[in-house]
Amino acid sequence: MEELNLFVKSIFIDNMIFAYFLGMCSYLAVSKNVKTAFGLGLAVTFMLVVTLPLNYMLNTYVLQPGALAWLGDSFKEVDLSFLGLIMFIAVIASATQLVEMAVEKFSPSLYASLGIFLPLIAVNCAILGGALFMQQKDFGSALTATVYGAGSGIGWLLAIVGLAAIREKIAYSNIPAPLKGVGITFIITGLMGIAFMSFLGIKL
Amino acid sequence: MISKKNKLALFNPLSQENPVLVQILGICSTLAVTASLEPAVVMGLSVIVVLALSNVIISLMRNTIPSTIRIIVQLVVVAALVIIVQQFLVAFSYDVSKKLSVFIGLIITNCILMGRLEAFALNNRPWPAFLDGIGNGLGYTIILVIVAFFRELLGSGTLFGFQVIPQWCYDHGYENNGLMILPPMALITCACIIWVHRARNPQLQEK
Repeated sequence: MEELNLFVKSIFIDNMIFAYFLGMCSYLAVSKNVKTAFGLGLAVTFMLVVTLPLNYMLNTYVLQPGALAWLGDSFKEVDLSFLGLIMFIAVIASATQLVEMAVEKFSPSLYASLGIFLPLIAVNCAILGGALFMQQKDFGSALTATVYGAGSGIGWLLAIVGLAAIREKIAYSNIPAPLKGVGITFIITGLMGIAFMSFLGIKL
Repeated sequence: MISKKNKLALFNPLSQENPVLVQILGICSTLAVTASLEPAVVMGLSVIVVLALSNVIISLMRNTIPSTIRIIVQLVVVAALVIIVQQFLVAFSYDVSKKLSVFIGLIITNCILMGRLEAFALNNRPWPAFLDGIGNGLGYTIILVIVAFFRELLGSGTLFGFQVIPQWCYDHGYENNGLMILPPMALITCACIIWVHRARNPQLQEK
């Protein structure tokens, strides 16, 4: 039940885009049509689900103060938490590389549809942000971390597909020239964010 | 030292090639840390430091980095610098570092860094790269400060935590606009800045 609550919360309330603005760059750049937006959203969700449990293990068994106790008594005092950032980004970059190779081998059609987005995910702040929030929220198990990853990813997917759909519709609208492109996209995202705030306080 | 080209590298990012308004890089943190001025200024300074230093380091190494692994090298350099900045903040201004929470760490994936390293530092000598880093960092900080100024003034009636809207205004029925401190208004404030900026620079408008 707690997992379900976290899942719903991370999709609607703590939405990566509307509450924390993570992954904004690709969100703005790749939301011109629904199909590619959906592909990128899937890729981000997938990477969050893969990397969050990995980073969770890393954090729990290597980085946290006292996490190295399983190596023996003399390691009980070791605190490697200052290495967190660099380890997380290394895990994310290498996982991206591995996933890219695996997808290319086993499902060329998916690989073709994701195209350049897969490698770019290494520098998508939503993924690193997920890892850092996971560290901050202090989850109880790797499963909880995975659920959080899935929820955040789906929330991101929802946001980018919604924005892409709206942008396809407004392509023919009469917008003041200085607002064309980025400006109006910002305003739409802001309004979507206000709409998403109505989910605040949902509890299961 | 200060040739025409170097001057361009330093001053162009302030308006004509502003990283946030024109290149649309580094939006995440621009929006997330701007609910009040203090964290916005600290965030801006951190980005200036990391950007200038990483530009110099990558520029020094530009002839030795194999291009196939350059992204990893860049990430490592940036991550190391960010860790230094983070530890510095935790040691000397703990409250602000708590307010910024994960966003200092997220400087690593701030697109401004990767963008400038790829586009400038890899092809230029250290001194212009340093100026480019400072310029882009400043361009980013300016936007951060403008957005934070309006959000803090209208949202909480304070600037840097000091009350600027006098008490008698509240006595006569003035209310803080609570919506301004909520995340979505950062986007709309930023959109207004883009609107003004592009109205004054028509060559930047999108077709």
